[in-house]
Amino acid sequence: MSSALPLNVDRVHLSSQEVARYSRHLIMPEVGLDGQKRLKAASILLIGAGGLGSPLGLYLAAAGIGRIGLVDFDVVDFSNLQRQILHGTADVGRPKLHSARDRIQAVNPEVQLDLYETKLTSANALDIIRPYDIVIDGTDNFPTRYLTNDACVLLKKPNVYGSIFRFDGQASVFHPPQGPCYRCLYPEPPPPGEVPSCAEGGVLGILPGLVGCIQATEAVKLILGNGEPLIGRLLLYDALRMSFREFKVRRNPKCPVCGDKPSITALIDYEQFCGVRGQESHAPAPADQQGETTVEELKRRLDRKEAVFILDVRNPPEYAICQIPGSTLLPLPELPQRFGELDRNREIVVHCKSGMRSAKAVQFLREQGFTKLKNLKGGILAWAEQIDPSMPKY
Amino acid sequence: MKVRLFARARDLAGADTIDVDLPAGATVGDLRRLLGRRYPALAGLLQHSALAVNDDFADDALTLPVNAEVALLPPVSGG
Ligand SMILES: [Zn+2]
Repeated sequence: MSSALPLNVDRVHLSSQEVARYSRHLIMPEVGLDGQKRLKAASILLIGAGGLGSPLGLYLAAAGIGRIGLVDFDVVDFSNLQRQILHGTADVGRPKLHSARDRIQAVNPEVQLDLYETKLTSANALDIIRPYDIVIDGTDNFPTRYLTNDACVLLKKPNVYGSIFRFDGQASVFHPPQGPCYRCLYPEPPPPGEVPSCAEGGVLGILPGLVGCIQATEAVKLILGNGEPLIGRLLLYDALRMSFREFKVRRNPKCPVCGDKPSITALIDYEQFCGVRGQESHAPAPADQQGETTVEELKRRLDRKEAVFILDVRNPPEYAICQIPGSTLLPLPELPQRFGELDRNREIVVHCKSGMRSAKAVQFLREQGFTKLKNLKGGILAWAEQIDPSMPKY
Repeated sequence: MKVRLFARARDLAGADTIDVDLPAGATVGDLRRLLGRRYPALAGLLQHSALAVNDDFADDALTLPVNAEVALLPPVSGG
């Protein structure tokens, strides 16, 4: 059992309209009038208004959480609509926080919304998180996940965690010292590129709906002080097999942030910690990139009927959406087994969606002794933008 | 011994479950190294993944019990 959050409900009052709105909560002994007042007295910070943030924002508002903070700096894109149900077709191009505010207020105008249209950083995280009872991690990248975790540990806030990949979801509640933190489970992030994001690897649109609802349930339980929270347990959901499994996670006494002798006592540089900064500056560095070519240059050479071999290292479902004319598909994961199929005497222009995977492929082929290699800068997205506007972008 | 793979690890290894034979007294760390050798594509992610033995996360020093069921859980970042 969890010890209930310290909430002051003495001065919380429910109007007759609120009694009507929350009546299905009020008649249950597990919530009741006291529980509903606790929900109204509580505040939750939601980091990310995307796939997980959508069901979280909608259900937590509907449930009558008194104050919800939203952190997001993104703008709604067409590719978000398949899963981010806070945003509608008409919202494409608007800041996510604006559409989120409109939708949440339409669901429940009683909720106080605090909007933080900013990226969560080491400089602002503690100030943003401090005034809330519970933090919910609905972010989509490792640096922000480690930042959220460390800030929550430092501020002793419960961190309701959820994460998704294709058909797989994870959820837990991190609240040391009652249980472990995220770093007890994953002390260090994987190297950049090892674990694809939703944009790179894809995700079932419904998946964040389910995982976000699990997070929302856990947050409500923490506020009510009822039931058994997911503290010390990692819940795994596999949508393809439709199965749930749970694993026990213990607090690691040697954890660098929540352990007995923590080495991290202030926020660090999380982009650097996750190796992301190096990766971003990697693309345009001109000096060591004489192995690059541009879509304009490639187009000129194709127009001159030069026999350029174009190697597409994307995955087959991506190739089915769009291709550069004359390209040959050989997915990056198959390259180690199949590079023998390539002619090493011929010049090879390698491309992927935006240039990251093809850079890996070029590096791998160099190690195998290939010398006539060029990475196509900006990938097929650059081709769609600058050469063939009729090509679909994904 | 059966190792069940999740999320990205499944893609990289091209399998849901892997059967491995390890001598008695082998540790979680031994298993981690063996998997890395057998599936080079998995090696990078393996070092940053969590391993659960009989549904309980274990560190590399743990001696694997007989007939243990192991789960390999790589981190996941999407939201
Ligand atoms: Zn920890």
